[in-house]
Amino acid sequence: MTKKIVTVNYIARVEGRGALDVTISPNKEIQDLKLRIYEPPRFFEAFMVGRRCDEIMELASRICGICPVAHQITALRAVENALDVHPSDQTRDLRKLMAISAHIQSNVLSMYFLSLPDLMGYESSIAMAQDHAEIVKRGLRLKKLGNDITDRIGGRAVHPVTAVIGGFTVLPTKEQLGMIRKRLVEAKKDAQETVDLFTRVEKPSFERKCEHIAISDPRHYAINEGRLRSTEGLNIHETEYRDYIYEKQVPYSTALHSYMKTRDSFMVGPLPRVNLNIPQMSPDAKDAAQRSGIKIPSYNPFHSHLARAIELVHDIDESLEIIDRLPLKQDRQSYQYKAGFGAAITEAPRGSLYHSYLLDNNGIVKKADLVPPTSHNARNIEKDIYDLVKQNSDLSVQELTLQCEMLIRAYDPCISCSTH
Amino acid sequence: MKKKPTIGIFKFTGCAGCQLELLHLEDVFITLLDSVDITYWVMVKRENIDGPWDISFVEGGISTPEEIEEIKDIRKKSKLVVAFGDCAVSGCIPSIRNWIPQMEAEQCVYPDTSAIHSTKVLGIGEYIKVDMVLKGCPPHRENIIEVIKASLLNIRPRLRQHPVCMECKLKDNACLLISKKLPCMGPVTAAGCGALCPSLNRICEGCYGPMSNPNTSSLADVFRKLGYSEEDITRKFRKYAGMATDFRKEAGD
Repeated sequence: MTKKIVTVNYIARVEGRGALDVTISPNKEIQDLKLRIYEPPRFFEAFMVGRRCDEIMELASRICGICPVAHQITALRAVENALDVHPSDQTRDLRKLMAISAHIQSNVLSMYFLSLPDLMGYESSIAMAQDHAEIVKRGLRLKKLGNDITDRIGGRAVHPVTAVIGGFTVLPTKEQLGMIRKRLVEAKKDAQETVDLFTRVEKPSFERKCEHIAISDPRHYAINEGRLRSTEGLNIHETEYRDYIYEKQVPYSTALHSYMKTRDSFMVGPLPRVNLNIPQMSPDAKDAAQRSGIKIPSYNPFHSHLARAIELVHDIDESLEIIDRLPLKQDRQSYQYKAGFGAAITEAPRGSLYHSYLLDNNGIVKKADLVPPTSHNARNIEKDIYDLVKQNSDLSVQELTLQCEMLIRAYDPCISCSTH
Repeated sequence: MKKKPTIGIFKFTGCAGCQLELLHLEDVFITLLDSVDITYWVMVKRENIDGPWDISFVEGGISTPEEIEEIKDIRKKSKLVVAFGDCAVSGCIPSIRNWIPQMEAEQCVYPDTSAIHSTKVLGIGEYIKVDMVLKGCPPHRENIIEVIKASLLNIRPRLRQHPVCMECKLKDNACLLISKKLPCMGPVTAAGCGALCPSLNRICEGCYGPMSNPNTSSLADVFRKLGYSEEDITRKFRKYAGMATDFRKEAGD
């Protein structure tokens, strides 16, 4: 037997630019393994310094075109924490509705357009559409629903504009919410079928126990607010983040690698969320989880697809609840500049997202610190690939390559985010 | 059957929001596939063909030596190149860092800067000839369809060169600059968004970049009279299009 070399120079069906190199020796030892993220960095943390805190939400949004809402809300909450601004319950609800709509969009994109083609044996959703038009159309329908809700609340789906410090520049009307409500109710069937579809398709059986992290709140399924918790007992406030998590640079990647102090790399994303927070999910989402056969906690990263599908059911249920309790009264909080530090952690579609800002007394940013989900996951993906390759070293290079790519796509990395 | 035009979609330094807008054309996406053959789109396809392309949509600015080579290669293999969104037009938000010494920016993020090979972020037009420009962060979906349709028909796309103000007037919006004395960038910003922000009770921040022949110095004077500092004025022009010639006068050299 000779050396096996897995090389993917530009990983397809993920956001951004990354490569994978794995070398397996003739005696099946893994000699080299690199998730080479070569996306050019944009240095947001450098150029945010000197900007006004009011425009940080706008700048942060541009870190990512797929999860702009998550960056906006995290930036807003961090800045509000620094300024000691406390938005109303309605603002928090509307932000959650907007965040959920972005989750629907992004998770459907990941499931139907980035990963499903692998699981059904196609090179892309475009190729898949020829044989399975109904499935692709369902994906488009669900994605459009997410986009249209973001659009309604935020003004547009990519880089929305209405969420500002202290509230929203305008509120959606009752009629607009009524239309959304109707479509959400109709979409429930599509969501359930999504769970069934991802239950049906064959997913690699692979498991690697590692620390799973997500924000968590005993009262509801945490997306925008909660304590950072893990399967290894972590339970911290967002201001304590830097006491526990640090980053390390590796020469082959423009994305930094995250580690838990005194422990190891860890996983963030839909699977850790479902693992940690299933008690807070809607009854229908819990039923869907049961129907899918997923065992909680699951340490199979390929179950991330199922977790996204289960979340989709919950997302629809919680959106309906929020819509039904919104008073729709303009209650935007005013604010004054003051010096201070503010941190926030939210759940972006791909997992926990950290922002913190230090402001001077004119509201100018003095320091910015950002850690997107894919920086959290980068090292953990490598460790998963290591085990996956080790267990499947008899496969042909072609098959092994596809397996590795599928694993990466299960994490749904957002590489631009990771090299902000 | 006539051969469908081939399309390539490329990402450089940016956020992928523009190519995502293409994927967000949910209502017409399947129909669109009947008219064009997308042969290169790494975010969506695993099997990609390395050209030639009838139309190449390029998203993102250019910020590394590798990207300079790549964009030149794409130009050689393409009949039409579209600068797809503000990053490709003039670098957009990431170009704010062009005013920070490169080493300082790198040291802010990376302990070891020897592995980082970034340059200033510039629009693709700095390196290659660009046939069409789709402004916006992100461009409006209607404008994207307009460009695709125009290319298929081989005609010039109808993209607006007038300011956002015109769209505000068409929508009967009260002027935020005059009536509320707010520092709106609408008078110098290219239209195309349908006056999105002013219609939602928010000033225009300039996310479509400069309109054709804007009077930026006059608007900067208005901001001064409203009491805004030189730093604030710099920040306003050095945001979505600080590198664009028209905004650079006010954004500072």
